Parts: sequence; C-alpha cells; structure tokens
Amino acid sequence: MATRFKDIVSSLMLAELVKGLSLTGRHMFKRKITVMYPEEKTPKSPRFRGLHALRRYPNGEERCIACKLCEAVCPALAITIESEQREDGTRRTTRYDIDLVKCIYCGFCEESCPVDSIVETDLHEFHFETREETVYTKPMLLAIGDKYEAEIAKARGEDAAFR
Amino acid sequence: MSYWNDIMTWAQGQSTQLLGSEWGPPAFSTGRALVMIVMVLVPILLVVLYYQLVERWVIGWIQVRKGPNRVGYKGILQPIADAIKLLLKEQIAPAGASKALFYLAPVIAVAPALAAWAIIPFTPGWVIADVDAAILLMLAMTSMGIYGIIIAGWASNSKYAFLGAMRATAQMVSYELAMGFAMVCGLMAGQSMNLTQIVARQDGNWGFLEWFWIPLFPVFLIHYISGLAETNRHPFDVAEGESEIVAGFHVEYSGMMFAVFFLAEYANMILISTISSLMFMGGWLSPFNFGFLRDAGPAISWLAAPSIIWLLAKIGFLMFVFLWVRASFPRYRYDQIMRLGWKVFIPLTIVWILVTGVMMMEPIASTPPFSIWFGK
Repeated sequence: MATRFKDIVSSLMLAELVKGLSLTGRHMFKRKITVMYPEEKTPKSPRFRGLHALRRYPNGEERCIACKLCEAVCPALAITIESEQREDGTRRTTRYDIDLVKCIYCGFCEESCPVDSIVETDLHEFHFETREETVYTKPMLLAIGDKYEAEIAKARGEDAAFR
Repeated sequence: MSYWNDIMTWAQGQSTQLLGSEWGPPAFSTGRALVMIVMVLVPILLVVLYYQLVERWVIGWIQVRKGPNRVGYKGILQPIADAIKLLLKEQIAPAGASKALFYLAPVIAVAPALAAWAIIPFTPGWVIADVDAAILLMLAMTSMGIYGIIIAGWASNSKYAFLGAMRATAQMVSYELAMGFAMVCGLMAGQSMNLTQIVARQDGNWGFLEWFWIPLFPVFLIHYISGLAETNRHPFDVAEGESEIVAGFHVEYSGMMFAVFFLAEYANMILISTISSLMFMGGWLSPFNFGFLRDAGPAISWLAAPSIIWLLAKIGFLMFVFLWVRASFPRYRYDQIMRLGWKVFIPLTIVWILVTGVMMMEPIASTPPFSIWFGK
C-alpha cells in the first residue's frame, strides 16, 4: 500500500520525466562533437582507400607491366586492360580504365599489384557530372599518381611495417 | 505608456475634428485597434520565425550537435532563408482535392491562432480587447483551430492526410476538455475570466509564492501538458508520425500553404505558453515581488516592480520547455495518449476543481497558508 502510494505520488510529480529532462538539460551544455566539415576534417588512416592512381618509378618510367592481376582479382570487374609490346621490347598497357561507379574500393587491385603500380590514394572528395566521366583512363590515373606521389609514398611508408 | 496615451489623445481629437462627432470616435477606435493588432502580430510572426531556429538550435545542443550555423552569423539568417525557399516553392493541390476547402484550410487553422491574441494582456492596459469573458473567447478560438486541421485532412483526398486529421482531431478534442477544466481552476482562483484581473489577484507580499501555480500545481502541469497535446507537439505528435502517415494532415500541402500551418502550430505554442504564464505564473508580476523588497528603497525595489520583461521571460521559459520536452521524450503510443487524456487528466482536473472550491471556502480561505492565495 505504502509503495503503491509512493508510485502514484512520484508519477503525479512527474519524477521520472524530470529525471530525463535533467539528463538532456545537462547534455545541452556539453562540448559539441560536430565537425564543421569543409573547414574541419576528421583524421584519415594511411590505409584509407579512395581514388585510384598509377605510380611511376623515380626515373619517370611507369611501374605497370600489364600483368593484368588487378583486372583478374577485381571483384566488381571495374578494371579493363589492353596491352602491347613497346618499341624497347617491354610489355606495357595501351589501355587502363577503371570504372569508378563499378569500383567498390576494396583495395584488392593494390594488394595484387607486384610492382606497387595501382594504388588507392586517400582522396575521397571527387565527383562526376556525366556517365562518361566515371571511367578514369590511363593518362588520368598517371596524372593523379604524378600529382600526389609524395602523399602516396608517405602513406605506404607509414603502413609498411604492417604489410 | 505616457507617449502612447498622448498620441492616442491627439489622434482621437484629430479624427473627431476631421470626421465629425458621429464618425470620428468609431473611426478612431477602429484605427487604434488596427494599430494595436499590427503591434501585437508583427512581433508574434517574428518570434514564430525565430522560434523555429531556436528549436533547431536547442535540439542540436541537447544532441551534442551545433545546430544550424551556416546562414549569416551563427545561422541567424536561417529562418529568412527558409521563408524565401517556402515562398518560391510551387503550390500544388492534388487532382482529387476539393479545391476551395483545400485552400481555405490553412486560413481556418491560422486565423484563430492569431485571433486569440486579442485577449492577451501584456501589461495592465496593454490588451487589444479587454473583454470580461477573455478565457471563454480563448477557448472558443483554440477550438476553432481544429476545424482547419479537419478540413485540411478531408479536402486533401489522401489517406495519410485523412488519418492524420482523424488522429489530430480526436487528440485535440480530448485534451481540449482537460485544458478547459484546468482553466476553470485558474479562473476560480482568479475569480474572474479577465486575464488582467487574474494576474492582479496573484499580486501580494510573497512574490512567486503568491502565484497560482502552488495551490493549483497539478492543474498547472496538466494545463501545460494538455498544451503540448493540443498543439500536436512531441511527445504527442502522432498526428504527424513520420514513420506511419508521412506528415499527417498537411502531407499534401507545399510552399506557403504548408508554412501557414507551421505558423499556426507555432503561434499556438506561444499562446499556450502565454496563457500558462498569465494564469499560473503571475504574468508581468516579478518573482521577487516581496513586500519587504518593495519597501527596501530604489536600489532594490526595481526587482520587485512588475514589468513586461518578467512576462516575456516566463513565456520564453515555457517555450523553451516545449523544445526541451521534444528533445527528451519518445512519442506516446496513440492509445496511451487517449488513456492519459480521458482517464488521468480529466478526472484529476475535476477533482482539483473541487479541491480549489474547498480551499476557497471561508474558514479555510482565510487561514494560512491558503490565505496567501485566497484570502484577498
């Protein structure tokens, strides 16, 4: 009887509602965890898998030897490679297309590459405005590699101990 | 106030001079009423505009977010941007809708929400219509608002809108009763239906202890919670339960017609806060309105002086609680809403009408502590 009376009084005085309100009230004055995105960014892991790039050796020679392992391993069939013999007798790609709409950014291409040619950079702020733009071709991928070689090498260096 | 009286006296003289003694006075009183309506409605519309921004801020802060802060300094131009967006949007009426009613519904929803402000006194004398049956008029006006919602749901010819309107109607009608009974307690204690006189009866030597929220505490809570349900706010907002019926009765409305429903809802929220602060929280009386502070000399007595600032602070606090509650509690189930309205609130308010009656009876009313509220 006494506990029942206590229950009725506490529910009439909105005891539990007041408890809930005080909790949310305290949260109101907490430090806000919002990251103001374009100005502030969260840190990225060196293993981050973003936009692809094709790398070159320091002497300017492209790394890719057209072994087609990446094409074979790609689970989304996003990579298309055609190859031919170059004048100096080496095998080189004549076409290296990645369809970024098909790509699932799994990183298998990078893992399978015997010469560390195809890599996934930490760039994730890219977009397309037409269907044609979604296919990145060999010159585009090489250009990305040339532009971000320093960052790519640094991320690979940081992760080297764990590979 | 004195400038206002001077201007009014001058205007009265001018209108009598220009239009003669037959047409002058009615023209003057009409003109004065129009000026006062503009003076009340323009701030209310601005407050509604910014209440919506403050709502998003408060809910953001409670969820440890920052809330809107992009448009203008810290986001203060956000409501302007929203208003412009809504103004530029296309107004669509569904093919099967009953066009005349469809366009009429937002008007019916917003008109009573704004008309009820006619009887709200802001300080003694600052009221558009100082009528004796003010509370009756207020109840009548807030009941009219339901028709806007019913018509909106019916005229949309959409099952979601119809279901939303049904829910909103049943809920608002049920809570209207509890709210009416709660107000009966307030007007019994105030011994008047005129809000200015109800506030005047809360004046005395004991500051905030004189206000009716102490003897009428359960009723004060019920009035406020019924206000939440009446305006279809959280946690009673099943009328626009997104997961089941999209947006409820206004699902087919776009652009400014939607904005008008929005305006009506927020104007009603401010109205409920205002009524609550006038009836139960002493209106423009200072919470430090103690006899000894009033006599303590000019350095301190300003604290005890009645002022519109106290009223605005009380309204602001109750408006904040609307948002606080929204950010804190999950939605009620529909049958729980009905149970709460009919089986808890209405019996409680009826019992408290009796209790108030007993507290006001003579031997009890003049013994302390009841003499504080009922011994005047």
